[in-house]
Amino acid sequence: MAETVKCATRDAYGKTLVELGEQNDKILVLDADLAAATKTGMFKKAFPERFIDVGIAEGNLMGVAAGLAATGHIVFASSFAMFAAGRAFEQVRNSIGYPHLNVKIGATHAGISVGEDGASHQCCEDIALMRTIPGMVILNPADDIEARACVLAAAAHDGPVYMRFGRLAVPRVFDESYQFEIGKGAVLTEGTDVTIIATGLMVNEALLAAESLKADGISARVVNMATIKPIDRDIIVDSAQKTGAIVTAEEHSVLGGLGGAVAEVVCETVPVPVLRVGVEDVFGKSGPALELLHIFGLDAAHIAEKAKQAVALKK
Amino acid sequence: MDDSMKRELKIFATRARMGVLEGVYNAKAGHPGGSLSICDLLSVLYNRELRVDPKNPKAQNRDRLVLSKGHAAPAVYAALALKGFFPEEDIKTLRKSDSYLQGHPNMDKVPGIDMSTGSLGQGISAAVGMALGAKLDNADYRVYTILGDGELEEGQVWEAAMFAGNRQLDNLVAFIDNNNLQIDGTMEEVNAPYPIAEKFAAFNWNTIEIDGHDYDAIEAALAAAKACKGKPTAVVMKTVKGKGVSFMEDAVGWHGCAPNTEQYEQAMTELKAALTALEA
Repeated sequence: MAETVKCATRDAYGKTLVELGEQNDKILVLDADLAAATKTGMFKKAFPERFIDVGIAEGNLMGVAAGLAATGHIVFASSFAMFAAGRAFEQVRNSIGYPHLNVKIGATHAGISVGEDGASHQCCEDIALMRTIPGMVILNPADDIEARACVLAAAAHDGPVYMRFGRLAVPRVFDESYQFEIGKGAVLTEGTDVTIIATGLMVNEALLAAESLKADGISARVVNMATIKPIDRDIIVDSAQKTGAIVTAEEHSVLGGLGGAVAEVVCETVPVPVLRVGVEDVFGKSGPALELLHIFGLDAAHIAEKAKQAVALKK
Repeated sequence: MDDSMKRELKIFATRARMGVLEGVYNAKAGHPGGSLSICDLLSVLYNRELRVDPKNPKAQNRDRLVLSKGHAAPAVYAALALKGFFPEEDIKTLRKSDSYLQGHPNMDKVPGIDMSTGSLGQGISAAVGMALGAKLDNADYRVYTILGDGELEEGQVWEAAMFAGNRQLDNLVAFIDNNNLQIDGTMEEVNAPYPIAEKFAAFNWNTIEIDGHDYDAIEAALAAAKACKGKPTAVVMKTVKGKGVSFMEDAVGWHGCAPNTEQYEQAMTELKAALTALEA
């Protein structure tokens, strides 16, 4: 399944914006002086008259996006996850979420894999923040194929969407036949002893973990959860019933993200052990992205270890 | 403007003030002071300026009004009811749990409300987005926003002002309700944003300073804003908080406090007397 192709999801975001721009002249793209990094610069080059740079002012970015959406435009507003979800949280909540305006937030440079820039820019709280806004859809693609599908689905969806993209080039997991639907998880590998529910760049790690667990006699189901909200309750319940233990894996704080969302569903339906792989309750630090992912336990080895613990916790 | 038009505008403003009192009194909560201070502006906007239609409140080419100081919702609700956007008797349901008239404006629930506001500093950004949207669509509608003077302490106001100035959004007018009082005291006691007009001018805005209760001045400012090309316009209006109710005028305590029955009756007696005199 995994090919050698590597691409950052932010690159797919930029390319897909251009694709959308060709199809629909109601698409506007806004940025806050990070167009080269968020890849909205590709859209700027293709459609300069429909690209708006508000400068380094993320609160105003979200408000202007809301006003443009209120006049009938489909607005993509981009910055780094730290500033889009973090600094502008309340503008997203009150000016976009509360009036349910048609703004798509393209948040790049999410998570630890930002790398050398360090903790100030490594946002591991954005899913938790966005998840509490009523009506917000949260999409966290695993590779470039899924990122493109998420952007197209977001554009077609009526209402606010938070899309989470990474800076790091990550291995391609899916092929061109991939079908995406908002709110639907997907079983990538069947298994019977434990389910690994993963999102974003941790999906590839989950597949590698499942492969390595075979040597330990553990059959792991792998579920890709690209939509964090609305969470696919059915696939979680089904996984809990069929495998009796769950491990979640995300490049985000273990508090309030995918792990929290899955645990909430499991506790209320089929209580089974849920162990979370993610950034523990700590800030990140500078370093090469791949090295940091290992240091913070965001890799296949750590997922496999947690899977063994989860299996041991089963009654 | 002739005297009969002024009288009509004054009658509308007085009725709007009665609506403010009625709403806030029945809700036992709300913000009468900063609502009363903008009723004269609203009278000119809704009767002389805004191209809006109560029968088609979402018309694409309508003018937009964003109440950035969303806590003055009772005044805008009263004006909208007087213009027929919804029944006047609904004003009594303000802030009730089964009412669509939320404590702060909600664009999805209230006909005639163009943006959900209430968190200070955010409305002006949305207004800027709307004005930019009109430009991008080559549409000729205009966008108006009303800010409080205390609201100018929010940094986002200046992010929006800088951007609107750079984008030369001459279809945007921001009114600043400069009643000089905020919750914790006078502007000077808290964090005075003076000089206001000079700050907007520094961000490349056309600026006009007027008495916010003078109909000729408001209308002249609106005309000057339309005539000014290449710049948004900021109209800094000197106003009296609590205007029209003697014991609420220029009193800091009436920012976010509802009158009791005795106070409500006294206020309504004053406003009814003013109305009777105008209609005589």
